[in-house]
Amino acid sequence: MFTFILKRLGQSVLVMAVVSAISFSLFNFVGDPVNNMVGQDATREQRLEIREALGLDDPITTQYARFMGNALQGEFGLSYRIKQPVDELILARLPATLELVFVSALIALVIGIGLGVYTGIRRKSWVSRTILSTSLIGVSLPTFIIGISLIYIFAVWLRWLPSSGRSGTVELGWWKTSFLTIDGWRSIILPAITLSLFQLTLILRLVRAEMLEVMRTDFIKFARARGLSERAINFTHALRNTLVPVITIIGLNIGGLIAFSVITETVFQWPGTGLMFIQAVDFVDVPIMAAYLVFVALLFVAINLVVDILYMFVDPRIRLGD
Amino acid sequence: MKFSRVSGVSAIALTAALALAAPASAENVLRWTSQGDALTLDPHSQNEGPTNAMNGQIYESLVTRDAALALQPELAESWTAADDGWTFNLRKGVKFHDGADFTAEDVVFSFQRAKEEASDFKEQAKSVAAVEIIDDHTVRLITDGPNPILPNQLTGILMVDSGWAEANNVVKPQDFKAKEESFAARNTNGTGPFKLISRAPDELTVLEANPDWWGKGKFPGNIDKIEYRPIANAATRVASLLSGEVDFVLDPPLQDLKRIEGADGLKVSTVAQIRSIFFGMDQGVDELRSSDVKGKNPFKDAKVREAFNLAIDKAAIQRVVMEGLSFPTAMITPPGVLGNTPELDESYGFDVEKAKALMVEAGYPDGFSIQLDCPNNRYNNDEKICQAAVAMLAKIGVKVKLDAIPKAQHFPKIQNRTSDFYMLGWGVPTLDSHYVFSYLLEGEGSWNATGYNNAKVNEITKAITTQTDIPKRTAMIDEAWQIIKADMPYVPIHHQVIAWGMAEGFDIPISSDDSLRPRFAVKK
Repeated sequence: MFTFILKRLGQSVLVMAVVSAISFSLFNFVGDPVNNMVGQDATREQRLEIREALGLDDPITTQYARFMGNALQGEFGLSYRIKQPVDELILARLPATLELVFVSALIALVIGIGLGVYTGIRRKSWVSRTILSTSLIGVSLPTFIIGISLIYIFAVWLRWLPSSGRSGTVELGWWKTSFLTIDGWRSIILPAITLSLFQLTLILRLVRAEMLEVMRTDFIKFARARGLSERAINFTHALRNTLVPVITIIGLNIGGLIAFSVITETVFQWPGTGLMFIQAVDFVDVPIMAAYLVFVALLFVAINLVVDILYMFVDPRIRLGD
Repeated sequence: MKFSRVSGVSAIALTAALALAAPASAENVLRWTSQGDALTLDPHSQNEGPTNAMNGQIYESLVTRDAALALQPELAESWTAADDGWTFNLRKGVKFHDGADFTAEDVVFSFQRAKEEASDFKEQAKSVAAVEIIDDHTVRLITDGPNPILPNQLTGILMVDSGWAEANNVVKPQDFKAKEESFAARNTNGTGPFKLISRAPDELTVLEANPDWWGKGKFPGNIDKIEYRPIANAATRVASLLSGEVDFVLDPPLQDLKRIEGADGLKVSTVAQIRSIFFGMDQGVDELRSSDVKGKNPFKDAKVREAFNLAIDKAAIQRVVMEGLSFPTAMITPPGVLGNTPELDESYGFDVEKAKALMVEAGYPDGFSIQLDCPNNRYNNDEKICQAAVAMLAKIGVKVKLDAIPKAQHFPKIQNRTSDFYMLGWGVPTLDSHYVFSYLLEGEGSWNATGYNNAKVNEITKAITTQTDIPKRTAMIDEAWQIIKADMPYVPIHHQVIAWGMAEGFDIPISSDDSLRPRFAVKK
């Protein structure tokens, strides 16, 4: 088991290096940050000076080596846009994103698995059919449309919830949380639902398909023959055996949630890392983009590692095979 | 049992709602939003819209403008021109938010700071060669030779307390190369009508009226507190106005104006903006980069430039693309800027037949091909305007390939002179034609990518920097514009329109420079 984790760690480092190199080479195509950094009054000489000072004219490999060298020492530089240290900026905004992702993952999991099991067992009832057809909305509508529609229904029309922003936060040390006040929950609920819908649908359909599969297998028939209760069959035997693919998908998709949160955060002006990233792209704020992409890669890698370890607990065959 | 628990919860919710609602009625709060947050609170570090809008509430300059854009005294009470510069009489009894007195020394310091290498206002402050203290409340701003429009150039230079800057080690604005964040990026000490109370970047900034402000009682405004929440997404911004969460939106998208106007308790005001939109044609190079015409440059021929001007129907762009919210023009600078006259602004007209004839005369009966470079996230409907122009130019045989890209990639093309045909917009903070000539029309102008280089225009651009006889100077400006109108280095499209959305309970005078001026804002 130890060598298994070590091997995975080695692969992770490689993945990180490749991801950061690819993302860095893309920055060449995003545009020129200098125009955003100085007013329209600036002379061409002043622009050239700044390019030189920032090393923007160096070959991309030199820039990448410089970035990695600094990053390994924990130096991510100052944002071009707000001129604050990048690591501080990301850390300050991370709680907002993580809380949003946490709540939407919870919504997706609880409702997704619940409805998945239900529609898997009662597959012919009209309730199941309604759930399945409405769940298509979750996968077919873009996040942006869902978000704006929710804002118009719940903020503009019903006026129950705030349309955007993150109010009602409480500071616990450096961590700003939304979970301790009613206002905090009121502002997180719409973005969390928006972000969760896609994952919810995915989990629902996956669990349902797996349930249908498992229900046809021999050991369920034997369980029935043994006279076990429906409840024990459905939840102890069937659901447990659907969980391996579900855990994989969920693991990958928590990373996906953070990536998707870019759009959700922009629509709801949710002050997390996704909103910051979009603003950085707009401004060609290379230090932020670089650090953010490295951070997201790190997150994906870490989540996958956790998922791999979880496998061993859920499915003993993987552990034995190692 | 279950029943009583539900009513208990709603009772708590109700009390909470009442508790939240109560303080709002006690004072006049203006809650507003626009697209972006201030990048820094350092008054000299970033010359950029939202940053200037925020810092302009906290800090003040010697001279400012009112909503009609007339020059008004702010920290200077009066000023007079002299041969080697201008004398400014400073307002007496003005205090910074921390209680320090505002004196001549702070003016000297602030100009020094604005002229630092790391300052984004160094171009604007450049015309002030030195500041001389005459007494505590009189300074002389020394210029290199006479400068007739110096007060116009000073409205963006904000005054900082020298003692505070020294104590907090912010004598210079933040440098790109620095590793540390500057104290002045998050802390303020101005003389302005509002004080900073709290700030969470991209979330909420709260300002409170400064009780010791010199202008208290002299302005109609009655706002006690300002809450600013930037909202990046345009649709969300409009939703927050519709839902009553904000009272004022600085930049609602044009297509949503009807919706705002139709909503109960909301209104829209519009005004012509100090920004013109136009196409530049590179007549300087010997061969265009993107054209099928080889060995010569069709734009060198004035007939081709005229044909382009006649073929693009600006009125149709106004009607169809802009839904009426633009002013078609023949000038690249709008009314409000000294030099714009109704005669010069009269459009070239729209005449496809004449344009075709001109193309034949110029030797291009079948037209030619060219690339049009266009931003897609900078001006109102920028990409759609370009698409319309492509279709219109096709009618005179010009095959235009449109390259509409984000501004961060578009503007370097103009900067590096790699575009044949491009869209650009230009605002004029000084409200004087010199700002347009020196950047867009003088041969060496840093944003003049047309290669236009007219000796007379260059000469006038230079001469009006020192000509203090105002009628004579205005006549020179007019002469330059006559030449430009005949030469047509650009295809002027229109002047943009500003639209503000707000709650009916507020009276906020709209202004062509798109700046909110809370000292004039009234909550009814």
